[in-house]
Amino acid sequence: MSELVQQIINGLSLGSIYALIALGYTMVYGILKLINFAHGEVFMIGSYAGYYAATVFGIERYQASGATFPLYMAVVVLVVAMAAAALLGVSIEFLAYRPVRSAPRLTPLITAIGVSLFLQNAAMLVFSPNPRAYPAIIHEVRFEAGGVIITNIKLTIFIVALLLMFGLHVLVQKTWTGRAMRALSVNLDAAKLMGIDTNRTIQATFAIGSALAAAGGILFGLDQITINPLMGVLTGLKAFVAAVLGGIGNIPGAVLGGLLIGLAEQLTAGYLSPDYRDAITFLILIFVLILKPEGLLGVVRQEKV
Amino acid sequence: MTEARRPQWLKRALIAAGIVVVLYGLELVVQAVTIEYVQRIMLLAGINVILAVGLNLINGTTGQFSIGHAGFMAVGAYGSAFLGVQLAPIVAGALGSGPLADGVTFNVGLVLGGLLAGGAGLLVGIPSLRLRGDYLAVVTLGFGEIIRILFNNAKFLGGATGYSGDNPAGLPPYTTFFWVFLWVMVVIAVIKNLTFSQTGRSLSAIREDEIAAEAMGTPTVRLKVTAFAFSAAAAGVAGGLFAHMQSGVRPEDFRFERSIDMIVMIIVGGLGSISGAVLGGIFVAVSLELMRDFQEYRLVLYALLLIVIMIVRPQGLLGNREIGEFLRFGKKKSGPELSG
Repeated sequence: MSELVQQIINGLSLGSIYALIALGYTMVYGILKLINFAHGEVFMIGSYAGYYAATVFGIERYQASGATFPLYMAVVVLVVAMAAAALLGVSIEFLAYRPVRSAPRLTPLITAIGVSLFLQNAAMLVFSPNPRAYPAIIHEVRFEAGGVIITNIKLTIFIVALLLMFGLHVLVQKTWTGRAMRALSVNLDAAKLMGIDTNRTIQATFAIGSALAAAGGILFGLDQITINPLMGVLTGLKAFVAAVLGGIGNIPGAVLGGLLIGLAEQLTAGYLSPDYRDAITFLILIFVLILKPEGLLGVVRQEKV
Repeated sequence: MTEARRPQWLKRALIAAGIVVVLYGLELVVQAVTIEYVQRIMLLAGINVILAVGLNLINGTTGQFSIGHAGFMAVGAYGSAFLGVQLAPIVAGALGSGPLADGVTFNVGLVLGGLLAGGAGLLVGIPSLRLRGDYLAVVTLGFGEIIRILFNNAKFLGGATGYSGDNPAGLPPYTTFFWVFLWVMVVIAVIKNLTFSQTGRSLSAIREDEIAAEAMGTPTVRLKVTAFAFSAAAAGVAGGLFAHMQSGVRPEDFRFERSIDMIVMIIVGGLGSISGAVLGGIFVAVSLELMRDFQEYRLVLYALLLIVIMIVRPQGLLGNREIGEFLRFGKKKSGPELSG
């Protein structure tokens, strides 16, 4: 029993990271109908941005003197990484996606694959391909209750993810930018005719999605202890599957999908074999595509000419 | 009718026989004139051409997008290597060991490897091709990763160290210039006949406008799945040739980078053009050699190349036209351009 509870806790914390990344996929897909393959790399670079920010803010000094990294500094690291990733996301949109936005749908897709590949390999050149130990911007404390171990890191991951998702909900539902995003996802051309600045709204979408991915990147680094330039590939794919599972284009769906994928992965690793933890995600994807291609919370949209 | 058809049939048989003789002659010349290093590049170029022409059928002609073809290549490579090793003693028992038995074993192995890869293509294609094209990209990417994980864990296929048969010397080096380019010819002939048939026109119709094609009564899902299976089978054959060029097959040979290589081949050459795919295959084989000392920059450059081509000339070097149409200046163009 405690084993099961343990797996569920681990699954939910991993799943909330997937959910944060899945939000970026689903928002971009909702508006541009583009699978932003580079999103996994934005997540990876966001994680590295956090790594360097922590180094610049002198985490080694704190560790050398035996003191813990103060919480407000950890928040600063998070904000810096999110801002860096937002800038990256906006640049990707401006340099690579905007020139091909009106081209046939295969062209942006190949461009996205190209951007993803470029960032991966540039990251290997810049950061070196070797994995790095992630700085402990939060000092680990363990709590134990009835054989179940909960660390403050897992709790932090869950809480930070929840706060960010709540922030996104407010932004999308209560602000003008959010309203513009929703209008764009219904019909981009009509939104333009209504006087919405589509370029600015798309930029905002990329900025927000990328910032959330960077937060996911830092939480991932804390959770998995090491990071490497290729970590965005598999994690990005899983997050994309999470978005499809929840119904692509649907924001609550991405959160639900992320949590379910995290749970499925942990339970598979715990009860079947860790070898299959990556395979289960794709099995889920195939089943979703066969049984309910619109996803759990998605709506069926008739394709029109 | 029969009188008219017979010479046609005879003509084709003669062309086929001519190709075999010429290839055999070329093989002797290549063996005598070139060093092993050059031969290796030529073999790789041939294998690339098979991969590119096959992938082009689904990504170029049909307008769907697979980014995990390395997975099908792996299925074909492992399939033909494993079945070849099992078959060799049986065939040798029936025909006596020698070049004839080797040739039979090799080609039966390649066909079986191709069929296995085609079967895997059906398995992947049926769920994902019922939906819009971009899901195929994700599913194939996932499939490519999973198949590598499976081969990594398959003990009877050597796991992470790879499969090299029971012989300590590794897999028999069946892959020669003759066989590679004979298969290049076979694959090009099959794909060309498919592309320029009624089926091929339906496939282009799916690329241009899937909804309109469906409205005209084209069975879009069935055709997409068929094209995908053919494309996967070609990758499987290429995998089998690749396996018998090295002394063994390793899961590491079929990383995501190999799928990217294939995409670069067809995009440089021109999506939807068979001769473009041939040029692209040769381009990648040669550039791989030229950039051998700058491996870590190769993929960065390929990635930039993809982005720049997409922005500047999304139809690739030749677009979806064939090279002959450029050489015959001013003559009729066939096939519609990719709409902008």
